[in-house]
Amino acid sequence: MASNKRPRFRVAVVGAGPAGLRAAQALADAGLVPTLINEAPEPGGQIYRRPPHALKNLQSPRELYGQDWKRAAALAEMFAELEGGIDYRPETLVWNAEVRPEGGFRLSLRNRAGTDETLDVAAVVLATGAMDRVLPVPGWTEPGVWSLGGAQVMLKAQAQLIGRQPVFAGSGPLLYLVAWQYAKAGGTPAAIIDSATFSAKLRAVPAMLSRPRVMLRGSYMAADLRRRGVPVFEGGHAERIETTDLGLVVHWSGKRGGGSALGDAVAIGHGLKPERQLADLLGCQIAFDAGYGGWLAVVDPEGRSSVRGIYLAGDMANIRGAHAAETAGELAAMALLSDFGHEASEQTGRRRGKLRHALQRQDTFRSAMERVFPFPHTRIAGLPDDTIVCRCEGVSAGDLRDAITNWNPVGVNRLKAFTRCGMGRCQSRLCGGIAAGLLAAATGQSVEAVGAVRGQAPVKPLPGPVLEGTEN
Amino acid sequence: MSFKPSCYPVRSAAPASAIEVLVDKRPVVARDGDTILTLLLREGGAVRKAEFGTGSRLRAGFCAMGACQDCWVNLADGQRVQACSTLIEKGMEVVTGLEYGKQ
Repeated sequence: MASNKRPRFRVAVVGAGPAGLRAAQALADAGLVPTLINEAPEPGGQIYRRPPHALKNLQSPRELYGQDWKRAAALAEMFAELEGGIDYRPETLVWNAEVRPEGGFRLSLRNRAGTDETLDVAAVVLATGAMDRVLPVPGWTEPGVWSLGGAQVMLKAQAQLIGRQPVFAGSGPLLYLVAWQYAKAGGTPAAIIDSATFSAKLRAVPAMLSRPRVMLRGSYMAADLRRRGVPVFEGGHAERIETTDLGLVVHWSGKRGGGSALGDAVAIGHGLKPERQLADLLGCQIAFDAGYGGWLAVVDPEGRSSVRGIYLAGDMANIRGAHAAETAGELAAMALLSDFGHEASEQTGRRRGKLRHALQRQDTFRSAMERVFPFPHTRIAGLPDDTIVCRCEGVSAGDLRDAITNWNPVGVNRLKAFTRCGMGRCQSRLCGGIAAGLLAAATGQSVEAVGAVRGQAPVKPLPGPVLEGTEN
Repeated sequence: MSFKPSCYPVRSAAPASAIEVLVDKRPVVARDGDTILTLLLREGGAVRKAEFGTGSRLRAGFCAMGACQDCWVNLADGQRVQACSTLIEKGMEVVTGLEYGKQ
């Protein structure tokens, strides 16, 4: 590339999963030196999470990443080449992001050693990924109960099973995937309690055919688990998790009765939830998405947010999975380059069109998945009073209902102020949508009408030394 | 209640080298590559006691990916760290306040 054509402006990519890595690559290819900020020590994100050095050779890439191991390897190889040409910051948290009055953006960083830095940039690609979306049940705070994603991370990053006979409950593609990975790794899943019904899965087959291989893989794993004798309860909902002398018991209900499943661990989850906090701080517009049943950042088909200069890619914008995240990351970088006046070659232009088309196909698949595995919103209204909704502050569904009755909060942010639900360390990541659902149900409003919990800096507690006394 | 959760090496895992650390002043052997979360689960099945709420209030992490913030622990040097994303280092002193040594 001719050096006089090199664009000269500073750009940051936050997150080093599939979306962030592809975005950084596309920016570097165009002659920029992007700053790639990774909270983890190694690139790959949660999906291609790498074990620490000491555990590196315990599991083969195929064991770690299943059928996606080649994609994981390709990304790792690409990064090894890319790393020298970019400004890479591992183990660094972006805890605040602001729009600068003079233009551009300011990111506040802290790394694991406790070193602070502010970074002023002209543009940002946010590729901060997602976490589990969980419908709480009484007992979900008990030791031994994990999110589905967490159960998988323990396998990938620690070569550890959360239990020898875990119970898997919830819905979504992760449910069968993680249970199957546990079976392959030497565990014996005690039961799978799947809130999606068989008939909903059947109805979605035509739309899921947009990605036949993904669909087939899912059905293969479910069939293999049954063949291994794992009891699968479709249309079943976990009602309560109890710690007993023998282990953890998941009490569940279904249309045709219910039962109890005993295990030595529990993994629960109902799909994924975008890590949108930095976009919120930057003022990126959000909109209520009926299919997802919650608030998502507004993005155009190429990843532009409502704020000029801020691009959103991967699961933090739309839960479409790792393959689509790679596409979205590259596409967002291309949009950024073109918005900032970088002349693209004809070849790049063609590729941009191709990527847009690929993302559309993945969107069709996503909406099918949302129909098969809807978040069980209707169950929020019926959560027992003793369900801890806010894990950080110990606020129960009963506490929230009392506050709603006594103080009549107009929206979820008032409810937060009255109860501290969502004010804790996790910044409402786990409880925000649930509190909104409870408020909506109790007041006869739509979830959209009660609003979204506002974000605040720091998006996570800052790592590093503290000066105040320890807490016990 | 006698049940305590733990964690177990995957079938293919070979034994890793050992690192000695202190948990609540008691010497404990960790596996090189363990996070504090993995170590504490194996040793006592819990990481911390929640400040608020009812019941045992014991917690042992949840998301294992640095998002839920339910596994913050103290180190003897005054640092507060996330157990799920902090690797054990030689000579580390973890303070849970759960009195692991006395169980």
